[in-house]
Amino acid sequence: MDALISRLHGKIQAGERLADEEALQLFASRDLLAIGELAAAANQRRNGDRVYFNVNRHINYTNICVNQCTFCAFSRTGEAEDGYTLALNHILERVAEARAGGATEIHMVGGLHPDLPFDFYLEMLAAIKADSPDIHIKAFTAVEIDYFSRLAGQPVEVVIEELKEAGLDSLPGGGAEIFNPKVRKRICPEKISGERWLEVTEKVHKAGLKTNATMLFGHVETAADRVDHMARLRHLQDRTGGFQAFIPLAFQPDNTRIPAAKGVGGADALKTLAISRLYLDNFRHVKAYWIMLGLKVAQVALCFGVNDLDGTVVEEQIGHEAGAGSPQALSKMQLIDQIRKAGRMPVERDTLYREVRRY
Amino acid sequence: MLTEIALKTGRGETLSREEALFLLTEAELLDLGQLAAAVRNRLHPGAEVSFVIDRNVNYTNICTSKCRFCAFYREADDPEAYLLDIEVIFGKIEELVAHQGTQLLMQGGMHPDLRIDWFENLFRRIKERFPAVQVHCLSPAEIIQIAELSAVSMPDCLQRLHRAGLDSLPGGGAEILVDTVRGKVSPNKIGWQAWAEVMREAHRLGMPTTATMMFGMGEQPQDVVEHLFRVRQIQAETGGFTAFIPWTFQPANTELGGETASGVDYLKVLALSRLVLDNVPNIQASWVTQGAGLAQVALFFGANDLGGTMLEENVVAAAGVAFRMSREEIIDLIREAGFTPALRTTTYEVLQAY
Repeated sequence: MDALISRLHGKIQAGERLADEEALQLFASRDLLAIGELAAAANQRRNGDRVYFNVNRHINYTNICVNQCTFCAFSRTGEAEDGYTLALNHILERVAEARAGGATEIHMVGGLHPDLPFDFYLEMLAAIKADSPDIHIKAFTAVEIDYFSRLAGQPVEVVIEELKEAGLDSLPGGGAEIFNPKVRKRICPEKISGERWLEVTEKVHKAGLKTNATMLFGHVETAADRVDHMARLRHLQDRTGGFQAFIPLAFQPDNTRIPAAKGVGGADALKTLAISRLYLDNFRHVKAYWIMLGLKVAQVALCFGVNDLDGTVVEEQIGHEAGAGSPQALSKMQLIDQIRKAGRMPVERDTLYREVRRY
Repeated sequence: MLTEIALKTGRGETLSREEALFLLTEAELLDLGQLAAAVRNRLHPGAEVSFVIDRNVNYTNICTSKCRFCAFYREADDPEAYLLDIEVIFGKIEELVAHQGTQLLMQGGMHPDLRIDWFENLFRRIKERFPAVQVHCLSPAEIIQIAELSAVSMPDCLQRLHRAGLDSLPGGGAEILVDTVRGKVSPNKIGWQAWAEVMREAHRLGMPTTATMMFGMGEQPQDVVEHLFRVRQIQAETGGFTAFIPWTFQPANTELGGETASGVDYLKVLALSRLVLDNVPNIQASWVTQGAGLAQVALFFGANDLGGTMLEENVVAAAGVAFRMSREEIIDLIREAGFTPALRTTTYEVLQAY
């Protein structure tokens, strides 16, 4: 194993790429600290001591969804008593609250609602922008974009243009899950394929919008599935350069319908974050999403090659319905404190990773 | 300085206080982790990670100490104040035995009226009914309280309790073994030297004990270092500590309040404990205060033990943290990290490897 670590050390120094096989060997390794050190060195070369966070707010406009992904504890069918769709004035109130709290970003995703017309989403974006022209709207997964295209009977390119004109600024990167079709069949059989996700995302990048990329891990996938997932992302990034951050999401098992899935251990979470930093050499940012990882492990990840601690979030619902034990919001001061205690420099960023302020 | 420290720990030499302070305040987390992992591997060459099946029974929550970091104690006239009936305690031990438990960890508040005969009677009757259960009870502050209330010397008190059935002592109440810190957070509790004296006496009587540290209450890094060196010194004299257990102050519902120590802080202190206390055989990770996720990570930072399954735990839960783990979950946690789970006794004899 030492031979692998020292070979990879040489490769990283020389700016060479990890092969898929090497990433797999790292997943099989027990040497968590050595992998962490490699990833930390790779991150140091790109980002120094800077660790980013932003002040944002999540708004989940509806939990009603025509898909029934087995890993999801958030979605409801149209008939469910606790199904909801937020009225536009409620959405605007939350945006105004967020703005008053210093937020620079609104993060909005929701279910694939069976009845809402495409115009609902355009009106929502336009109304938010009319109220708060300076706020960055990061919204909709590639899954939703594909759904809108079918809803509107328009090609994806046209849908993206209309959303962009209405005020959409970037995409958060959800819905990627694990690209392997065999895994998707078990955890999200109705969802668009991995290929379609990549195709839609490529069109989004071509339209000039940045996105992130996620990977939901710790359910039924293998290490090879994780590497395959990252390989496809690395390949697309080579073509478009449109990805900002890679965000591995630790699966939360409560209230979901994946039998025997237990959730992600701390060691696996850190290893996965570190390997993604090493393998995805064309991604500038790797994010520890504290909502899913828990704050303690997310903070420790800052010493394992991670350079982004996500945001203040406010009122997270999707992870918490699945049993996430983290708080639903953190203050800016709490994020700054966590970053400092990891020996790193806190930098507030906007959605496009421009510095707002160093602390 | 890091290179010199690595050479020293590699040769099995003891760190100086200055070096320990440097590691705690200046070193990168993973550097500290690598050093600690090397010492762990030297002391425990296998990949074994041990745990015990135990239960925390808190015989009373009435406490005259009223520490500012504690969310568990009640005044004697509080409606929530309690003292467990001996039959209730027996019922709890029966459940422990039914779960193949071997360790009874019983601690309480510093009750103003319970004298030595109450404890002697309790321990005798426990031993009669449950001879196989390890009676691992009473922290040094309780021993001193019982001795004072009963007008016997501390050594006599320990000896009588030992004869009645007390097998070993948990290392609680150590908090930070620096009196300036204790004066701020637990002004009514014994000073660090009294804590040390009880431990020395217990070790003299052949009773093994653990040692703990609760940090993250506003103490300075120097205080953490001093604590470790004081434990190291006692161990050099007696060899009676089986394990060291650092954990973090949990602020909810306490007078002291504030934020809990971060994950990085915890792993640094844990790793430093492994390095400074290379004369204490075992270092426990605290899943009760850190959660399963970080406790698993701690196995790479010098910890070789996960403490108990804790069929019951009340004190940390009162401070707003209620992680629960079954034996199966602990075994899974150890395995998934690439280690070998081993069920042990209080004195670290392996009963079963998985």
